[in-house]
Amino acid sequence: MLLFIIVSIAEAGNVNSTVMFNHSIRLTILNSQPGDTVFVESGTFFENEIRVDKPLTIIGTKGTIIDAEEKSFIFEITADSVSILSLTLNNVGRSYTKDYAAIHASGINNFLFENITFNNPFFAFHIEKSKNGIIRNNTIYGNAVVEYNSGNGIHLWHSSNIEVVNNNIYQMRDGIYFEFVKHCKVNGNISKNNVRYGLHFMFSNDDEYNDNIFENNGAGVAVMFSKRIYMRNNIFELNWGTASYGLLLKEINDAEITDNKFSKNTIGVNAEGSNRVNFERNTFVNNGWAIRFLGACYANKLQHNNFMYNAFDIAYSGNINGNQFDGNYWSEYTGYDLNKDNIGDIPFRPVKLFSYVVSQTPETIVLLRSLFVDILNYSEKVSPIFTPDNLKDNLPLMHPSP
Amino acid sequence: MISIKKLHKKYGKLEVLKSIDLNFEDSGIHTILGPNGSGKTTLMKAILGMVIPNDGSIEFNNKPILGEWEYRKDIAYLPQIAHFPQNLKVQELLNMLKDIRPGAVREAELISLFQIKPFLNKKLGNLSGGTAQKVNIIIALMFDSPLILMDEPTVGLDPISLIRLKKLILDEKSKGKLILITTHIISFVEEVSDRIVFILDGNIYFNGTIDTLKKQTNQKNLENAIANILEKTNV
Amino acid sequence: MFKILKYSFYDLMRSRWSYLYFIFYLLLGLILLFLNRDVSKAVITLLNIILVLTPLIGTLFGIIYFYNSKEFTELLLAQPIKRSHIFWGQYFGISLSLSLSLVLGLGIPFLAYGIFQSTEIFNFMTLLLIGAMLTFIFVALAFNLALIFDDKIKGFGVAILTWLSFAVIYDGIFLVLLLVFNDYPLDRFALGATLFNPIDLSRILILLKLDISALLGYTGAVFQNFFGTNLGIILTFTLLNLWIIIPVLAIKVISKHKDF
Repeated sequence: MLLFIIVSIAEAGNVNSTVMFNHSIRLTILNSQPGDTVFVESGTFFENEIRVDKPLTIIGTKGTIIDAEEKSFIFEITADSVSILSLTLNNVGRSYTKDYAAIHASGINNFLFENITFNNPFFAFHIEKSKNGIIRNNTIYGNAVVEYNSGNGIHLWHSSNIEVVNNNIYQMRDGIYFEFVKHCKVNGNISKNNVRYGLHFMFSNDDEYNDNIFENNGAGVAVMFSKRIYMRNNIFELNWGTASYGLLLKEINDAEITDNKFSKNTIGVNAEGSNRVNFERNTFVNNGWAIRFLGACYANKLQHNNFMYNAFDIAYSGNINGNQFDGNYWSEYTGYDLNKDNIGDIPFRPVKLFSYVVSQTPETIVLLRSLFVDILNYSEKVSPIFTPDNLKDNLPLMHPSP
Repeated sequence: MISIKKLHKKYGKLEVLKSIDLNFEDSGIHTILGPNGSGKTTLMKAILGMVIPNDGSIEFNNKPILGEWEYRKDIAYLPQIAHFPQNLKVQELLNMLKDIRPGAVREAELISLFQIKPFLNKKLGNLSGGTAQKVNIIIALMFDSPLILMDEPTVGLDPISLIRLKKLILDEKSKGKLILITTHIISFVEEVSDRIVFILDGNIYFNGTIDTLKKQTNQKNLENAIANILEKTNV
Repeated sequence: MFKILKYSFYDLMRSRWSYLYFIFYLLLGLILLFLNRDVSKAVITLLNIILVLTPLIGTLFGIIYFYNSKEFTELLLAQPIKRSHIFWGQYFGISLSLSLSLVLGLGIPFLAYGIFQSTEIFNFMTLLLIGAMLTFIFVALAFNLALIFDDKIKGFGVAILTWLSFAVIYDGIFLVLLLVFNDYPLDRFALGATLFNPIDLSRILILLKLDISALLGYTGAVFQNFFGTNLGIILTFTLLNLWIIIPVLAIKVISKHKDF
């Protein structure tokens, strides 16, 4: 039943068949020539520690399964121009000392990993010091329960110019993890049910991620210590729980956050020490807190965002405001618009006194929307004591932006 | 029919009835007399179960009434002040009471007697005091009950209606009913009463016929006889 | 009892106050929907109004109706009817008519607007149900107070105070306690304290449907277990029912010992 055909493609489409070696992918690869294409037939191969050290294309078909039986890694790639396509990789070994991965790549250039399904990988992709690659249309099913003994779905370290496109990642530690990664694109992925973050950026500059969906992760998306990150058209939803948020910004400068939707998160955006971030045309709906600014956040600009039915629109620590809130839609705004220019005639104050109380004593949240708290908020609105006096939207919109 | 033993009632510190013993037989007109605040109304309400005694017992047809309600189908009650739901019409109130308490046999007769017909479609809130009292009387007497309690039935009635009421009461008596009336109008008492119960400060000072009272006090008319009792107690 | 209920109900349905109450909600619903054109926002605004207004109106109507119909009640007391049935009849009559004003007054504009096509339908229904339950609770409390206090002025004053306590003062004290004992684990206390106030309970029940993410997020495991499961909804709903049942039974107990 375990049949495979090995075909060598020499230069310019010449096809050479090679004999199989003891039904072993590892031996077959060992015996192939650089530039060969290896076709792996349908069937389950119980193999691990397959080293790819020359340019190769490895193509499976429906039902091609490589099972590492929870021992060690599956592929280790150390050569440029490697493509792996259409495989199912199962049961990578777990380790507390080594980052075993289904596909481990180190120092490579110009690679393509596509249409691969992972079941129970410790790490699915572990890519370091590599560049110019594409990771596309893969599906990763982890079974992580706690952080300390689980791995990441797509793990990139010290890499650049890599596209992570249209992958679906479920129940890993971090869905996608970037550390010291530059000029990468993360587009159209779905990252769900991960125990830590759906997407995690550390010390990574000039990256962008667009059109992704991050749902029900331990704490949404974390972007930390990075510069010039562009985040567009993503959906952050259902990230619930203690200290959970849709998007965490920590020490982020000069980022663009536009056209995203934050829905039903405990905290939509949690910003700490972030400066010159532009929030534009985002929609925050049904979150506990839409945006929470902590620590020193300056020169951030919020414009044309929709804040709808959040328990708290903006939370703020400290008494000084260095951010701009003009020109957003706030569903709680009760002002009027006499000249019908869609801009309310009186400013809106998005910070409530009660949000301070709750950050002091979380249990007071049970008093949310009670008459007493409304009175408290109202009196603060009339004469601000705890909230910065200039923290207001002077041009609140009467209708949500489309 | 009614047997009251050691009935005691106080409102806060104010003792309204002080250990009263009273029996009412099966028929006749009994008037309960006494100055304002002497406990007449309280006594009636106690019989109806509206006032809960502090001590003592009331039996109706040999059964204690405490906590009971069914015995009230044998009692017609005319309260002192007539206040009704403002939004109801007279006819609706009558219908409602008939609905709640079956056995209203004399409604039509009483309506024509007191000439209430023109008012049947008026709201109760718009009635005059006298008309309201007539409605009050109709409500009480339209049920054919062996016991009738009337608390100040003459209040606000014009002379003709008063005569009709008197006749009505005597008619009821002739049917063998027991009728208890409280009133201040002595002439009315003299005309209809078979027996007088005089209550003062929660005690019974006299219980008997008008003649006995006159004899006892050596007075020729009832007014003076009553004044005589009051003077004696003041001494 | 049902006959008394029927007549009290009809009596109230014809009073101009019921109409005013009904028209108030009708206008409120129309304004909220047709000026805002946003059902979600309307539901949140309604929550605030219902939590404040239904207890207040229930209390006021309950106590006024009781005092106003006192003589008529005496007339009924002289009839062969059980005492408890008279008061229960009146109680359910007034509670039902007030609830009907609420449900129709808000229901008609929302129906006209097409709430049934909206995802907010369940939130809206819960809101109406809670408004009705608060009406039943506060009318019952008002009846008890009216039975205890013969003096109208006193009864009225105590009733207003009762409403104020549940609506504002209770939460104020509650909040201060939470802030003062900040250093102790408070989640159980915070949950427990809401159970003793029907307005807080109702609010929590709605919050469970509207703002659950905020509630779940910031607090500990006790809250998550309570609010995160159906247990929370079932428990708050049960307690809300107890808040009706106990005062209704108290009407019977208190009226039994009362002189008229």
